[in-house]
Amino acid sequence: MREKCQKCAKPATYHITDIEKGKPREYHFCDEHARQHINPPEDAPAMPMGDLAVELIKGQAGSREPSAADKQSCPVCQITFLEFRNSGRLGCPHDYEVFRNELMPLLENIHDETRHCGKVPKRAPRNSQRQTELIELRNKLKRAIAAEDYETAARLRDQIKEIEQER
Amino acid sequence: MNLDDLTRTGGEWLKGSGPESDIVMCSRIRLARNLATYPFINRASRGERADIEREFRTALTDANLDLSYIDVNSLPKLDRQFLVERQLISREHDNAEGPRGVAIGPEENVSVLINEEDHLRIQVMQSGLSLPDVWERINRLDDQIEEQLTYAFSPQLGYLTACPTNVGTGIRVGVMLHLPALVHTKQIDKVFRALHKINLAVRGLYGEGTQAFGDFYQISNQQTLGKSETELIKNLSDVVPQIISYERQARKAMIEERRQVLHDRVSRAYGVLKTAHTISSEETMLLLSDVRMGINLGLIDDLEIPTVNELFIHTQPAHLQKLQGRPLEVDDRNIARASYLRSRLANGKHTD
Ligand SMILES: [Zn+2]
Ligand SMILES: [Zn+2]
Repeated sequence: MREKCQKCAKPATYHITDIEKGKPREYHFCDEHARQHINPPEDAPAMPMGDLAVELIKGQAGSREPSAADKQSCPVCQITFLEFRNSGRLGCPHDYEVFRNELMPLLENIHDETRHCGKVPKRAPRNSQRQTELIELRNKLKRAIAAEDYETAARLRDQIKEIEQER
Repeated sequence: MNLDDLTRTGGEWLKGSGPESDIVMCSRIRLARNLATYPFINRASRGERADIEREFRTALTDANLDLSYIDVNSLPKLDRQFLVERQLISREHDNAEGPRGVAIGPEENVSVLINEEDHLRIQVMQSGLSLPDVWERINRLDDQIEEQLTYAFSPQLGYLTACPTNVGTGIRVGVMLHLPALVHTKQIDKVFRALHKINLAVRGLYGEGTQAFGDFYQISNQQTLGKSETELIKNLSDVVPQIISYERQARKAMIEERRQVLHDRVSRAYGVLKTAHTISSEETMLLLSDVRMGINLGLIDDLEIPTVNELFIHTQPAHLQKLQGRPLEVDDRNIARASYLRSRLANGKHTD
C-alpha cells in the first residue's frame, strides 16, 4: 500500500529525512506539502491582524521617494510620519490632524471616501454631535420640501432654528 | 472565570442553528474604539496600558454587563492559544505584551478585548446568517460601554483608530462560510476575485492573514469610512445569498453527476476519522470538512452538525492539551487527536 501525505489525504510522493536534535526524522509528503516543507512560506506563522493595511499604506505612501513629510512629528505622541509609514499604526488620535495632508489621499485610496457618516457617540463633544444633527435635519428639510410636505418642513425648520440658537 | 470549564463545551456559534447554517457557520461583527485621552497602544507606556485596562474594567463593571473578565497578560501561553482557537481573542492579542485582557459573555457570543491593536475591540458572534441581530446586540453593548467613557471621535473622520484602515465606523462585518463544493470544483478563486472587485476581503478561519482551512472562509468588509454601519452590513448581506446559492449549485452538481464518487469520498473521510490512531491537524480539518458536507447532503445520517463544528475547534493543539491536562509534542498530539476523534465518533449519534 502506498503511503499517504502526512498533511493531507493525497498519496505521498516525497520521502524526506531530516536530522532534528541529532535524530533522523522521516517525513512523507505530497508534491505541494513537500514544497512547503522545504520552502516554508515566509508568512507561515500567521500574519498579525491588519498587515494587509500595512501593505496598503506602504504601497501607497512607500511608492514615492522619502519626503519632507516623513520628518514631521506629532507634538502629542512624538511619532514621525516615517514611523507610521513603516508600522502602519498611528500613535494617537491627534495624528489624524497633524498628518492630515498626508492621510487624506491615503483614506480616499482605502475607503473611497473621506467623510464619516455612521454612528456618533453620545458623549462626543456636544457641538460636533449637534453639527451632525444639523446636517441630518437640513437633509430632511430638503427632502420634505421636494415632496411638498410643508407641515413636516415647518416643523424641521423650527428644530433647526432651536439648535442654531443654542450656540 | 475558569478556563477548564470551557474545555468540554462549545460556544453558541458552533451550535449549527440559525438561518442557512449548513453553509453559514456564524455571523460576526467587531467594533474598534479608543479612549480620547490616551495615545494608541503602540505609543502607550506600560503604565498607560495598565490605566487603560483599569478604565475599561471599571466601565464594564459600572455598566453592569454579564461578562467574565480574564487577565490575558497573566495567562500561560497554552491558555492564550486556547482562547485564540475558540475565536475569543486574536493572535495579535495572544502575542502582544503588557497589561491586556478579555471579557467574555455567556455562551461565548460576546468578547471584549482590551489593549489589542485598539484600546477596545468589541466582538459579537452568532451561529447562522444573522447580521441584523448581531448588529442590534453589539450596537447596544457599545452604547452601554460608551456611557461610561469618552472615545476618540472626530465629526469628519468618525471613530479614530490606530490603523487608518479601520477609521470611521471602526466596524468589521463578517460571515464564516463553509464552501467545500466550490473548493472541490475549483470555482472558489472565481468567487474570491468577484468579492475583491466589490471591496470585500476573504480570510481563513483564524482571522486576518491566516490560511483558510477546513474549507472555511470569512468574508468581510474593507471599507469603514463614508458609509453607515447599516449600509456596510447591507452590502455584505446582499452578497452572501449569492455565494450560498453558488455553493448549493456546486453541491447539487456533484451529487447528481458523481454521486458514487462523492459518497465514497465522504464515507472514507468519516471512516478515517473514526479509526485512525495518529492524525495531523491538517488532515483532520480536511476530513471533517468532507464529513460536514456529507451530513448536509444526507450521505451521513448518524452524526450531528454541532458535534462536527465542535470537533473543528476541539482537535486544535491547545484544546487537545487542555483536554489531556498536559503539554504534548506534535507526535503525541497526533495520537491524542486520533484517540479523541475515535471516542467522540464511536457511538454513532453523539449530541453532547
Ligand atoms: Zn499533502
Ligand atoms: Zn500623536
